[in-house]
Amino acid sequence: MRISMDVELKDIPGQLILALNPISELKGNLISVVHHHEKRTPRGTIPVQLVFEIDHEKLNTIISRFEDSGVEVIRSGEERFLEHGAIIMIGHIIHTDIQDTMDKIDSTGFAEVVDLSLSMPRIDKPSSALLKIDAVGKKEMNDAMSLLKTVAKEKDLLVIEPIETELM
Amino acid sequence: MVIGMKTIRASIIGFGAVGQGVAEVLLRKNEYLKNIGLDITVVAVADSRSAAIDPDGVDLAKVLSHKRTEGTVGSEKLTGLEIIKNIDHELVIETTPTDINAGGVGLPNMLAAFEHGRDVVTSNKGPLALKYRELAEIAKENGSNFKFEATVGGAMPIINLTRDILAGNEILSIEGIFNGTCNYILTRMMEEHASYEQMLAESQELGIAETDPTYDVEGIDAASKLVILANSIFDIDATYKDVDVTGITKITPESLMLAQDDGYVIKLIGEVKKDLIRVGPRLVPVGHPLAVGGTLNVASVQTDLAGTVTITGRGAGSIETASAIISDVISIYRT
Ligand SMILES: NC(=O)c1ccc[n+]([C@@H]2O[C@H](COP(=O)([O-])OP(=O)(O)OC[C@H]3O[C@@H](n4cnc5c(N)ncnc54)[C@H](OP(=O)(O)O)[C@@H]3O)[C@@H](O)[C@H]2O)c1
Repeated sequence: MRISMDVELKDIPGQLILALNPISELKGNLISVVHHHEKRTPRGTIPVQLVFEIDHEKLNTIISRFEDSGVEVIRSGEERFLEHGAIIMIGHIIHTDIQDTMDKIDSTGFAEVVDLSLSMPRIDKPSSALLKIDAVGKKEMNDAMSLLKTVAKEKDLLVIEPIETELM
Repeated sequence: MVIGMKTIRASIIGFGAVGQGVAEVLLRKNEYLKNIGLDITVVAVADSRSAAIDPDGVDLAKVLSHKRTEGTVGSEKLTGLEIIKNIDHELVIETTPTDINAGGVGLPNMLAAFEHGRDVVTSNKGPLALKYRELAEIAKENGSNFKFEATVGGAMPIINLTRDILAGNEILSIEGIFNGTCNYILTRMMEEHASYEQMLAESQELGIAETDPTYDVEGIDAASKLVILANSIFDIDATYKDVDVTGITKITPESLMLAQDDGYVIKLIGEVKKDLIRVGPRLVPVGHPLAVGGTLNVASVQTDLAGTVTITGRGAGSIETASAIISDVISIYRT
């Protein structure tokens, strides 16, 4: 299962390693670390957000190892995707294996295609698709978009992504 | 004559939609210009086949009507380049056709103007998109003013906004719609659930798109404008070939509907910042400042101090483009 966990580290060197070691030792798969080094909690600790995959029965072991080494677990839960994005593709979407295109995103571990709307006017005409993508964070969303663009380029599909600036 | 009146002798090289717009605006704003101490005397006008010349000032009303009835501006046979080289004047208003591949007549015209120490105000993108650096340097060496607000976004004052009004700010990026023809076609495709081909035909009928629309619909026009912004605002030594360009010809009505169902419109967006110049169709949230319709242009400037500043306006049109030219002229000579 995929876990997202907020932990707090003491503000002394070497603390991040304490938090990352148990995950790899227990054969977990670290997906992302958001380490706000410049941020401090009111308690003077450094907040870190971890996302990793781990066998269900090992989760409690990880948590107790954290606590033994002074890494405080504030929240732990099954991962929620924080970023939602949309992207449009135009071209011979079915012929070029839409399943494979979506699998490429899903197999990243940090993003997945959660919805697909497809519009096919005629079999010989290019179709259009809107894919909704969820990702663990902003950076992961950008990575997923770049990956989609690379795949689409290989398949000669036009990709229309959202503008970057969120104004207002 | 008013005390402190400054007389500027000018030529108008190229007398199509924009050149004629400039002549009309000069006639209409004669009083206004005099009031701010400027007497703009047009000593020569040229189109591709003819010229009108008078060192005391040609009669612009007469030249306009000659052009409309006879198709020529007058009976003199001097070319634009000969006028620039041989007739005494301070300001060349260069409004010949844009040629993005070779620079067209605009390039030798501008170079000659600078070599003779004349100022240049232009709406012609071609020479700037190809050789911005060279032109800017030669202008500087010769002490000439070189202004080109009309080359980007028509009446929308993006260059002077960022260079003068937002002075002191670092410009982080500029993003916007820089081609009114593409904006019109995409807006209408969405409204009518119609194909690209249908709405291209409609815009050609309305005179919004050219008979050969390649330059607009393939994103080339927008890319040239971004190159001018990249050079003049971001100091990036880029030419047209450095732009990553995708046009609108492959956009389907179905994709516009899918976007709409999800709260987006599709726009041809140009984007420039350090290390990136690109033009391509993008999803813009409905209600976002960049989601303007019809033939409008729009630009959002991201700055370090002022945050985001967005302006929108008419990207083309005879009088609208002349507005940008006149404002450049005034900014050079007003004291
Ligand atoms: N129209 C707009 O809204 C707009 C907006 C922004 C920028 N611009 C730019 O402004 C420039 C002018 O646009 P426009 O719409 O006015 O074009 P236009 O209507 O095609 O007019 C071009 C003019 O240049 C003349 N010309 C061609 N070759 C010449 C030469 N060798 N020497 C002297 N004159 C020559 C033409 O002569 P003839 O009359 O004899 O053919 C015509 O009068 C273009 O670079 C365009 O990209 C236009």
